[in-house]
Parts: sequence; structure tokens; C-alpha cells
Amino acid sequence: MSPEKTSILDVSKLVKRFGGFHALDGLSFHVVPGEILGLVGPNGSGKTTAINVISGLYAPDGGEVVFDGASAGGVASHKLVHRGINRTFQVPKPFLSLTVRENIQVALAYGGATGAPSIAELLEEYRLKEVADRPAADLNSAQQKMLDLTRALATRPRLLLLDELAAGLNPAELDWIAGRIKALAATGMAIIVVEHLMGFIEQITDRVIVLNAGKEIFEGTLATAVREPQVIEVFLGGEHAH
Amino acid sequence: MHNASKHLLFILAPLVVVFALLPGVYQNHLLLFNFVIFLILAQGVNIIYGFTGYLPFGYVGFFGAGAYGFAIMVMHLHTPAPFAVLVGGGVAILLGLLLTPLLRLSGAYFAIANLAASLAVLHFVANPALEGITKGPYGVSLTGTFNPTHAYYAAVVVMALTVGAVVYLKNSPFGLALQAVREDAVSASMAGVNIIKMRVIAWLASALVAGLAGGIYAWYVSVFYPDNVFSGEFSIFAIVFALFGGVATITGPIVGVLILYGIYNLIGFTTPQYFQLIYGLLIMGLVLFLPAGLVSLATRRGWHVP
Ligand SMILES: Nc1ncnc2c1ncn2[C@@H]1O[C@H](COP(=O)(O)OP(=O)(O)OP(=O)(O)O)[C@@H](O)[C@H]1O
Ligand SMILES: [Mg+2]
Repeated sequence: MSPEKTSILDVSKLVKRFGGFHALDGLSFHVVPGEILGLVGPNGSGKTTAINVISGLYAPDGGEVVFDGASAGGVASHKLVHRGINRTFQVPKPFLSLTVRENIQVALAYGGATGAPSIAELLEEYRLKEVADRPAADLNSAQQKMLDLTRALATRPRLLLLDELAAGLNPAELDWIAGRIKALAATGMAIIVVEHLMGFIEQITDRVIVLNAGKEIFEGTLATAVREPQVIEVFLGGEHAH
Repeated sequence: MHNASKHLLFILAPLVVVFALLPGVYQNHLLLFNFVIFLILAQGVNIIYGFTGYLPFGYVGFFGAGAYGFAIMVMHLHTPAPFAVLVGGGVAILLGLLLTPLLRLSGAYFAIANLAASLAVLHFVANPALEGITKGPYGVSLTGTFNPTHAYYAAVVVMALTVGAVVYLKNSPFGLALQAVREDAVSASMAGVNIIKMRVIAWLASALVAGLAGGIYAWYVSVFYPDNVFSGEFSIFAIVFALFGGVATITGPIVGVLILYGIYNLIGFTTPQYFQLIYGLLIMGLVLFLPAGLVSLATRRGWHVP
């Protein structure tokens, strides 16, 4: 399928440097609406950095990000949120002293979305109902991740970036959240999933991009990826040998 | 009843009524006036520190700017006092705009830069070269506007507006978004909040509050020196009172002012020789045992404190 026609996100030759170090070194890929794209790679390969650039936390040092036909590189995060991009964080970042309900309220009030799900729906669907009126600081890490996710969903994104959302969940929770992510994609949402859990990636993604040292070294299905010598080499060399 | 209406009815209204009636039954009007001024300043600190997370060690800069804005209008343009008070608020907002780059700093860096800025404003105003405008170090003596009664009631009005603003922050998505920015600016931006705009609005609102208070203070005393209206004690007291009661609440700063400034005056009158000692111990005790303020005694028990 031709990326120009259908993709909601087009990243081309993206470069992000920290000092002299290239965290992203010419990364290009695209995502289409309704697709779940896996972004995998060893520790430090640039997955989070890619999400940070696409969500406006960092301006790119080179290359382009095009979201929904318009340039998105270096645009302030809150504007990108209003245009339809949102994300979760590898280490969840809720508003700790605010209640769970208030955390979501901020995004509902400021996310600029019409037709966003209600607080009650979000609390129910992401298993936060029992803790709705507790400060976010009281939640465990899995619950904080779900809170990050509901905050993102309250802004009704068309592109959702999930940074290791599944890490730390038990097998039952993994199945459950896999179902939820698939259901979101079925509504037409484009989703990028960064994850080290290959079984989880296998279960939900249509396609994966394998990243190493800020560059794409493979694109295709995970089943093919695990037979690529270059991919095997990168993973066996890193700490995340599977 | 709506929460905001409850807060207006059960917190703001009684406070205003009490301070409007007290001068009729209590003779020390200057003391009452100072209470009202500190109630305004402590709530101003609440807006910028409690809701937004910036500790304004140089908060008095806005107060002094307001006082001088008032004085200049009265001395040179002979405007009526209430108008001059508004100009004082406007001057504080201008100073706030000038200082917006400070908002890029955080934590102690912001606090120190703000302190330095307030000293810079003091030295600017007190510069003998500006004698023609500010009277420089020789101080201001206003004639024609002196009217402590009117000034007192103007202070009560500004106090009502300030507490009303905090009631709004406590009950609106806007106030929630400010707290979100305070808690985690990156996450707030991912909630769609324009963090720079929010910080600037809160900063200017707290500047306005202090500027109006400064203008009214100048109106009330009519004679003052730069060192009086730029005294670091205003910043420190306002911050300590707000923290003592508990910030990001409506009642915390009010309770803080009533108790701490009350004790301050009580010891000052009865045992001035132990004054510094007792006051210092009190504040140390607070920081050590109740870092989230008096209201945390209640919130720890799960009670909701407005
Ligand atoms: N803000 C930053 N300043 C300096 N270096 C950074 C910064 N953010 C990331 N890096 C570096 O860039 C490289 C890529 O980091 P990134 O967080 O994108 O990796 P990752 O693929 O998400 O890894 P992990 O699987 O461990 O989360 C790492 O070497 C990291 O140390
Ligand atoms: Mg990462």
C-alpha cells in the first residue's frame, strides 16, 4: 500500500542528537489508520526518543514528521494533542497529587476533543473505577499506566503511541490489554506499540519496525523478523536476547 | 449546592463580613488593615506557588511596584485614589510581564532569581537620579488622598476578589490544569494544556493581586520609604503564612494568616523579648512536622479540606 495515499503518520529521515550522540539516525516509517505497528529494538535503540519526537517533546534535528498531511516536527505537544496525537510514558507520569478522576478531567477539558469517551466509561473500561477518587500517587504502577492511557484516550487521539504499556502486567492483564488495544485500532485509531515482550507484539501487531542505534534495520511481520540474521544478531548482542 | 457556591457562602462571605464589621468593635485599625493585606498576599502566593509551583521569594517586588504606581499617579497626575490603586495593579502586571522569562527556571533557581529581581526593582525605584519621579531614597509623602477608612474597605474588596479567584481555581478545570502543570508539565501538555500560557496567567494574576495590595497600602500609610514597601518581610511572611496553613486550598492561607499573624502580634505585645525565639521555633516546627501545612492534619484523616 502506498504510504502517501493512506498513512496518517509519515516519518522520514528523522535525526535526533543528544550532544554528539545520534539517538535517531535517519529513521523513516509510516503508519496507516487502524494499524497496530510494533516498534522493537534493544535498549537504547531510540524507540522512546522516536515517540518523544513524534509527540512534540523534542524538536527533530533533521528529517520530517508529517501527521495527517501537515508537518508536525517541532510543533508544541499540546497543539499536536489537539491535532490528534497522544501517548503514554514508559515510566508513567500521572499528576500524582490529583485524584484519578481529576487526572482524566484535565485531559477532557483541555484535550480539545469532541465526542471523547466519558470519565465513567474510561474508569470502567480501564479498571480504575475503584480508585477513581484516590490520588494518583496511591496507584500501583500498572494502574498508573492505565491512567496514562485514559488521559491519552480522553483527548480522542487518531494516533496513539504506547511506550511499554504492557511491561509489568501479569499474563491475564496482558491478554486483556491486548484486546483493548485491538478494539481501539478497530475504531480506526493508528497505534504504535513499543514493547520488549515479543509474545505480546506477536499477538497484536500487523507489522513491526526493528530499530538499532537509531536506524531501521527491518520492516515486516514479526514472524519474518525473528528469522533475519541481522535482527537476531542485534537482539543476541543486547541484553534482551529471547 | 454547587461546591463553588458553598465556598463563596461559607468561606468568602463570613471572612468579608467579619473584616467589614471588625473596625466598628475593635480599635486597632492598623492591625486589622495589616491582617487584610496579609490575607491578600498569602492568597497571591497561593495562586503562584500552591497552584503553579513557583516559590516567589521576591513577591514583594509586585507589592512595592503597586505602591509606587499608586504614589506616582497621585503625586504627578493627581488622580483619585481608587484609580491610582488600579494603576498600581497594572504596574505590577507590567513588571510581571517583564519577568516572565524567570518562569523558565524552576525550584530554587526561580526563587533566587525572583528575589534578585525584587531587589533590582527596589534599587531602581530608590535611585536618587529618579528623584523627580519616585522621590528616590527620600521617600514618598502623599497629601490629599489620606483616608485610612476608604483604604481599609478597598483592601477588604481586593481580599474578597482574591479569595474569589482562589475559589474559582479550586472549582474549575482551569485551576485543575494549573495544578496539572505544577505536578508534571510534560504530562499536562499531553493533556492538551498550553503550559506556558497557564504559567504566565497565574504569574500575572498573582502579580496583580500584590500590586493592588501595594497600591492600597500606599493609600493607607501615605508616607513611606522604598525600604518599607519593598521589605523582604512581606514576601517571607506571605509565604510562611500560606505554607503554614497549607497551599492549593482556599482555607489554608486564611487559617495561616489568622493564626500565625495573630500569634506574631500577641507575642509582639506581651513578651517582645522572646519574640524571635518563639516565632522561629514555631516555623521550624511547622517545616519539620507539618510540611503540607495545618490543613494536612485533616486531609491525613481523609477529610476533604476546601
Ligand atoms: N534526554 C536525553 N539526553 C541524552 N541522551 C538521551 C536522552 N534521551 C535518550 N537518550 C539516549 O538516546 C538513546 C536512545 O534512548 P531511548 O530512550 O530512545 O531508547 P529506547 O529504545 O527507548 O530504550 P529502552 O528500551 O531502554 O527504553 C540512549 O542511548 C539514551 O541514553
Ligand atoms: Mg524506551
